[in-house]
Amino acid sequence: MRRVNRNETTRVSLTLNGKTLSAAAEPRMLLSDFLRHALGATGTHVGCEHGICGCCTVLIDGVAQRSCLTLAVQAEGREVTTVESLAAADGALNPLQQAFRNNHALQCGFCTPGILMSFTDYLARNPTPTTEEIRDVLSGHICRCTGYAGIVKAVEEAAKPLT
Amino acid sequence: MKPRPFDYVQADTAEEAVALLAEYGDEARVLAGGQSLVPMLNLRLIDPQVLIDISRIKDLDAIRDLGDKIEVGAAVTQNKLMAWAELKQKLPLVAAALPYVGHFQTRNKGTVCGSIAHADPSSELPLALAVSGGEVVLRSARGERVLAAAAFQQDMLTTAREADELVTAVRFPVMAGQGVGFHELARRHGDFAIIAVAAVVAKDKTIRVGVGGMAGKPAVRSVNGDAAAAISAWAEELEGYEDLHATAALRRDMFRKLGPHVIAQARKGHTGGQA
Repeated sequence: MRRVNRNETTRVSLTLNGKTLSAAAEPRMLLSDFLRHALGATGTHVGCEHGICGCCTVLIDGVAQRSCLTLAVQAEGREVTTVESLAAADGALNPLQQAFRNNHALQCGFCTPGILMSFTDYLARNPTPTTEEIRDVLSGHICRCTGYAGIVKAVEEAAKPLT
Repeated sequence: MKPRPFDYVQADTAEEAVALLAEYGDEARVLAGGQSLVPMLNLRLIDPQVLIDISRIKDLDAIRDLGDKIEVGAAVTQNKLMAWAELKQKLPLVAAALPYVGHFQTRNKGTVCGSIAHADPSSELPLALAVSGGEVVLRSARGERVLAAAAFQQDMLTTAREADELVTAVRFPVMAGQGVGFHELARRHGDFAIIAVAAVVAKDKTIRVGVGGMAGKPAVRSVNGDAAAAISAWAEELEGYEDLHATAALRRDMFRKLGPHVIAQARKGHTGGQA
């Protein structure tokens, strides 16, 4: 049993994109804020803070979920993967990111980190999704710029085996 | 927004969680997947003293085949049940309803029991449990009791759970070979349903129909003979509450259209899907 009282802080340790990091958090601190403010990983964006918009989606132990609906203390010992992990150290985009660029799948880019993380999980489970399946996963995100068509095309391109 | 301060306790066993509930009663809230609870915390709709986190309790993270029933533990996520190999064969109605529950991303974290304990009147899993004639297992320091779905959910966000009780599992009767239908209407796939309809055809051809979003809890009854006429008369009886998405009259109209469609789906023995 682990107990943290209100207004007390506790040390939360987790693996962020392969690095073990820790910082202090109150029980009420959301994982999204912990990543951005305590760990300085601002690639994860925060939109609605009630699980609707999908901007803050990250992988926890490889599974896509809302970081705004997870408490930082709940991520203790977990492996958290964010958009910062996708590109190579020299800045080269990964195939999913490159497909987003090729297909104009973003304009302002605010929602993009969450969408990339959702499909990072989903394509690992289902490498050859139908358009309908892509749209179903995408329904967990809100994008106000693209009209979604470019995003669907990008995921289809990323899912295609390299020839 | 951010939640107001609360104490946080991560329970390692169901016994610990039950002991904490005995101590704090209705000043505590149980946190499993948090896909309904954390939004309510963030929006400051609720202000609990203490959160009891049961999400890491191994014992509660199990799907158990009890022969004539399937028991789903309180830490089992919706996507874990969706990925269970025997779901389509043993629980076809649940298999048809689950794709409508939230989104891929929220099903990864949201639990089956959490959705049923939250008791939103338009939500899919309480409807599926009610139409299936399933039950809810409650444990407290005083002992364990099992309630039928109809006795558990009483009204909007209101259940028969006492303040010191933990929902440890729900049980769905095995429905192998029974025709099922499920469909809902929502503004956007994955949003709260305006109305949701479920139907089951038993082997003796009796049809049980349930509708969510028309009253404070899922309404269930057996429909015989002319389905369209029976649904139409039933729609008149239901209060069909109003919100910004639909008037009561529109909800009744939707039910008149959707009800016979879902019944036909069940009669064909199909397991749901998009219409």
